Amino acid sequence: MADYEHHSYDVIIIGAGGAGLRAAIEAKQRGLRVALICKSLLGKAHTVMAEGGVAAAMGNVYPEDNWQVHFRDTMRGGKMLNNWRMAQLHAQEAPDRVLELEQWGALFDRTKDGKITQRDFGGHRYARLAHVGDRTGLELIRTLQQKAVSMDIDVFMECKILRLLRDDNGAVSGAVGYWRPTGEFITFSAKAVILATGGVGKSWKYTSNSWEGTGDGHAIALWAGAELIDMECIQFHPTGMVWPLSVRGILVTEGVRGDGGVLRNSEGKRFMFDYVADMFRAETAESEEEADKWYDDHTAGRRPPELLPRDEVARSINTEVKAGRGSPHGGVFLDIASRRSAEFIRRRLPSMYHQFMELAGVDITATPMEVGPTCHYIMGGVRVDADTAATGIPGLFAAGEVAGGMHGSNRLGGNSLSDLIVFGRRAGMGAADYVEGRADAQTLDVQQVQSIIDESLEPFSRETGENPYDIQRDLQELMQSNVGIIRTGAELDEALTQLEALKVRVDNISVKGGRVYNPAWNLATDLPAMLTVSTCAALGAQARKESRGGHTREDFPKPDPEFGKVNMVLSQPNGSGMNAEVKLDPQPILIMPDDLKALFEEAK
Amino acid sequence: MADLTMRIWRGDQDGGELVDYEIDSQEGEVVLDVIHRLQATQAPDLACRWNCKAGKCGSCSAEINGMPRLMCMTRMDQLPEGPITITPMRTFPIIRDLVTDVSFNFEMAKRVPAFNPPAMPEGGYRMQQIDVERGQEFRKCIECFMCQNVCHVIRDHEENKVNYAGPRFFIRYAELEMHPLDTNDRRELVREKMGLGLCNITKCCTEVCPEHIKITDNAIIPLKERAVDAHYDPVAWLGRKITRRTKRSAAEAAADRP
Amino acid sequence: MAVDDATITEVQLGGRRGGPDVATLRTDKWWKLPVTTVAVLSAFIVYATWAAFFGTSNFFYEAHNLLSPFYSPCLGSICKTQGVTSSPFLGWWQLSPALIILVFPLGFRMTCYYYRKAYYRSFWRSPVACAVQDAHSTYSGETRAPLILQNIHRYFFYFGLVFNVLLTIDAVQAFIWPGGGVHMSVGTLVLCLNASLLWLYSLSCHACRHLCGGQVRNFSKHPIRHKLWKFVTPLNAKHMQFAWMSLIVVAMTDVYVRLVASGTITDFKIF
Repeated sequence: MADYEHHSYDVIIIGAGGAGLRAAIEAKQRGLRVALICKSLLGKAHTVMAEGGVAAAMGNVYPEDNWQVHFRDTMRGGKMLNNWRMAQLHAQEAPDRVLELEQWGALFDRTKDGKITQRDFGGHRYARLAHVGDRTGLELIRTLQQKAVSMDIDVFMECKILRLLRDDNGAVSGAVGYWRPTGEFITFSAKAVILATGGVGKSWKYTSNSWEGTGDGHAIALWAGAELIDMECIQFHPTGMVWPLSVRGILVTEGVRGDGGVLRNSEGKRFMFDYVADMFRAETAESEEEADKWYDDHTAGRRPPELLPRDEVARSINTEVKAGRGSPHGGVFLDIASRRSAEFIRRRLPSMYHQFMELAGVDITATPMEVGPTCHYIMGGVRVDADTAATGIPGLFAAGEVAGGMHGSNRLGGNSLSDLIVFGRRAGMGAADYVEGRADAQTLDVQQVQSIIDESLEPFSRETGENPYDIQRDLQELMQSNVGIIRTGAELDEALTQLEALKVRVDNISVKGGRVYNPAWNLATDLPAMLTVSTCAALGAQARKESRGGHTREDFPKPDPEFGKVNMVLSQPNGSGMNAEVKLDPQPILIMPDDLKALFEEAK
Repeated sequence: MADLTMRIWRGDQDGGELVDYEIDSQEGEVVLDVIHRLQATQAPDLACRWNCKAGKCGSCSAEINGMPRLMCMTRMDQLPEGPITITPMRTFPIIRDLVTDVSFNFEMAKRVPAFNPPAMPEGGYRMQQIDVERGQEFRKCIECFMCQNVCHVIRDHEENKVNYAGPRFFIRYAELEMHPLDTNDRRELVREKMGLGLCNITKCCTEVCPEHIKITDNAIIPLKERAVDAHYDPVAWLGRKITRRTKRSAAEAAADRP
Repeated sequence: MAVDDATITEVQLGGRRGGPDVATLRTDKWWKLPVTTVAVLSAFIVYATWAAFFGTSNFFYEAHNLLSPFYSPCLGSICKTQGVTSSPFLGWWQLSPALIILVFPLGFRMTCYYYRKAYYRSFWRSPVACAVQDAHSTYSGETRAPLILQNIHRYFFYFGLVFNVLLTIDAVQAFIWPGGGVHMSVGTLVLCLNASLLWLYSLSCHACRHLCGGQVRNFSKHPIRHKLWKFVTPLNAKHMQFAWMSLIVVAMTDVYVRLVASGTITDFKIF
C-alpha cells in the first residue's frame, strides 16, 4: 500500500496555461476553494509560445469591426464545422476579456489615441489582434499568473495527473497524480474538475509544442467516459523553422506576414497567388501591387494571399516543396527583410529577430527566413457545452485547446488566446454554478487509487524492457509520416495497426533509477495519453473521407457537404484506458439559428 | 565518433559529482539537444527541466562552463573546445541533477503587493505608447531566474534570502512603479523589506539576462533613485516635513472647528 | 497610496546546493577586466595624489591661460603666486587648492553607479566577476554606513555640474591670452575636450537621468521631461565609456598643462 498525500477542494483545475489560470481566477472570485495543478512550473505553460496576439473585435483600428464579423471569420476559417454557439460567445466576449487583462496589469501596444492597437492576421477581415510586440502569450500568462498569485490561489507545480476518479453516481470526484520533483503520489477530491491541459502536438516529430503537449486532458477525459470530437482536425502552422534540424518546428509568428512578410519559392515567386481557393477569391488580391497597397490602407486593395487561413497556406507550402521549388532545407522563403526596414522589423518582431539570430545565425532584417509547416494545434477535443464548458460527465469541465468545437476544422491565428480567456472564465463560472450547494465530494475509492498508482509504477518492476524514449521517437515518426499534413486511407490504416503495436511496447516499458525527477519515468507515464490521442486522431482521420480545414485527405481532396454536417465523436463505451477500444460515431453538428445564418447570406 | 565530452553534475540532496559523457556532435545543435540525446541513449534518468526549447519559457536554466545560460539558446558551436561542464543553478537547493528547487522565487512573487489601478472607464483605459514601453521591457521577463541565480547577494550569502526580492522582482517592482495606471507607492517597501539596498549594482543580472533586459540601468538604479526621493534625499525630506506640517495644521484646524 | 507592508512569506533556508563546491567553474578569462580596472584606477589615484599634494607648481601656464582642471577654480593664497588671473577665493588657505577641489569630483565618482560596480568588483571582489564566489563571508550591501551614503550621489552630481561650468569657463578663457586677442593652441583644445567629456560624464549619470524625467510615472503628462529623458538615455547607455574617457583625459590635461608650464614641451599655437 503506497502512502500518498490527499487534498480536498471545491474545484481543481488541471493545467495552468491561459485557460486554467482564467478559470481559477473566476472560481476563486466566487469564493470557492480552488487548486491549480500544472505539470511544469507556474508560468511555463504553452501559452507563452503564442506570439502574434489575441483576437477581439474591439474596433480600435477599424471601427467597422464588430462581433458579427469576427464570428463570421471564425466560422469560415473553421470551414463551418465549428460549434456556432462557442464561436458566437467567443466573438462577443473577447473584447471584454482583453480589457479585463488591462485591469490586472497587462500592457498592450497602443494606438495614437491611447487605445489598444490591433494587428492584421490570417483570416481576420480587419486588424483585430491586440498584441505586445510578438510576445502576447507571455503577457497574457504573466498577467493571469500575477492575478492568481495575488488572489492566493493554491498552486501545485510540477504535479502530473494520471487519472480522474468518478463517484458512484457517475460524477467526477477527484484525481490521482504524482509530484514530479519527488515522485510521491497525491490525490485530490473535488466537487468539480476543470481540464485546461492544452494540446497534443508532442506526438508529432516536427512540432511547435513543448514536451507538455502530450494530450493528458484529452486522454483522461476519454478514459473517464467523456466524448472527444473531431480529433483529426489538427493545425499545421504554415511557418515553423526548418533549419537547423534541432530547432525544426519552432514557431515563426504569423505576425511576420501580418506586418508585410511574403512567401516566395526558390524561383523568387510569390506563389500564394496561385493557391487562392474559391471561398476566399472575392476578398483576396489578384496582383502584388494590389496586395501591397492593402497593408497601409485596407480599402485601397484586397488582402494579400499570404494572409489566407493557416490550413490554406500550410498546404500550399507543402505543394511547392513537393514540386521541387522549396528552399535548400526543405521549406520556402519567408521574406520581410526586403520589404520592411531593419528598425521596423526589430521593433515589431523582436523575439523573431532574436530567435533566428541566436538559433540559426540568420539576420532576418537582411535575409529571408526558411520556413515550413509544423504541428501546432488541435482543433478537436473534449466535447463541451458552449455556455458552461461542461462535458457530458457531471462535474467535469474543459476549456482552452483541450476543448473541441470552438475552432471547427481550422483555427484562425489569434483566436486561441481569446478562446483561453473567454472559455476559461466560462469554465470557472460553469464549475462554480455546478459546485454551489453541493455537498463535499465523496471519499475516494482507495482500491481505485491504488490500482492507478500501481499501474504507473509498473515500469520500475521490469528488469528489462522497452526504452520510453525509443517508443516516443517511433510514435513521432509514425504520426509525422502517416497522420501528417496530407493523409491517405492506406497510411491511416497502417498507422492504426502500428499504434496497437506501440501500445504493446508501452506495456513493456522498463525504467531504471528512482522516482525523484526521473524523466524516463515521467515520459513513461505520458505515453499512454499520447497513444490514446494519436489513436483518436487516426480514427477520426480515417472516418472523415473528405478534406476540410486542418484535415487533408489526398484520396478525398475536396470538402464533402455531408461530412460538413457531422462531428466525429469518439468515446470508450467499454472499458477505460489506453488499451480499451475507442469507438467512433459521427453525430450531427449543432444547427445554427437563422439570424446567424443570415450573416453568411449578407456576406455573399 | 564521439567527439564531445559533456561533463554533467549528477546528484541530489545527498551529494553528487561531475560525470563525463562522450557523444557525437551534430550540426546546428544547442546544449539542450545534446542533453536530450544523452537521455534517450546513455542516461535515461538524467533530470533536466525544459519546456519550449525556443527561449520563451525560461525553464532550462543551468550553468554552462560556469556561466548561467539557457540550455536551449546556447549553441554548441559557440562553446570553446574541450569538455563542456553543465551544472545546476547554484543559488537554489538541488532536487536532482540539473533541476533545482526554485520555490524561493515563487515566495518572492507572493510578496508583491498587487497592481492597483483606478476603476476602468467605459471603453477601456487610455494609455500612451511611450508610457507602456518602459513596463513592457520588464514584462519581457521569462522568469528563467538566472538573474536571481547569479546575484551574489543570495548566491554567496544564503541568509539574505529571507529579505531579498532579487533582480527578477526588482524589475517587477520597477514595472509597477512605472505603470501608467498603478496607484500604489511601493518605494518604502522595496527599500525597507525587499532588500533594494543589498544590491551593489555589480550588474551580473543584466549580463546573464537572456531577454537582454537592462535590469540594473532601467529597473534597479531607477528604484534606488526613487528610494532616494522617498527616503534619503535630505532636501526632499525637509520638503515633506514642511508640507506634512501644513497638512497637519489644516487638519488640526478642521478638528478645532466647532 | 503608500504600500509599505507586504505578506512576508516564509523562505526555507539551508538546502544543499548542486554542483561542485568550488569558487567558480568559469573557463574564460574573467579576471582580465577586474585586473585592468585595478591597474588603471590605481594609476590614476597615485597620480592624482601626487598632483594634489606635491604638484603645487606648474599647474597654470600663464602665457596661454591654461589652468589644470585639478586646480580650478583656483582657491587660496597659492593662486597669486602662480599668477592665476581668475579671482582667488579663500585667501587664508595655505595648502594645495586641489585638496579642496578634488573632494567634489572624487565624491561624484566614488558614489557613481558605474564606479561603484567597478570598485565593488575589482577592489572589493564582491563579486570579482559574475558567478565567481564573493570574497567576503558576510555582506550587507549598501544598507549600512558608510555605504548607505552612496544614496547622496545626486548632490555630488549637482556639485559636478558647478565644476563643469567652471571648467567650461576655463576652456573659454584659454582662448583669450594675456597678450590680448583670441587664439587657439593644442592646450585650448585639450581643455575643451576635457570639459566636453566631463559634461558627457555628468549628463549621462543615472541620477541625472532620473531627475530629468525617469522619476515620473507618465511621460505623456510631462512632455518636456520626457524629451530631456530621451536625450540623456542614450548618453546614459555610454556612461561607463564616458567615465573612463573623462577620467583619463582629466589626468592627461593636468599632465599636459604641467609639461607646458614647466617648459618641457611647447604648446603648439594654431592661430
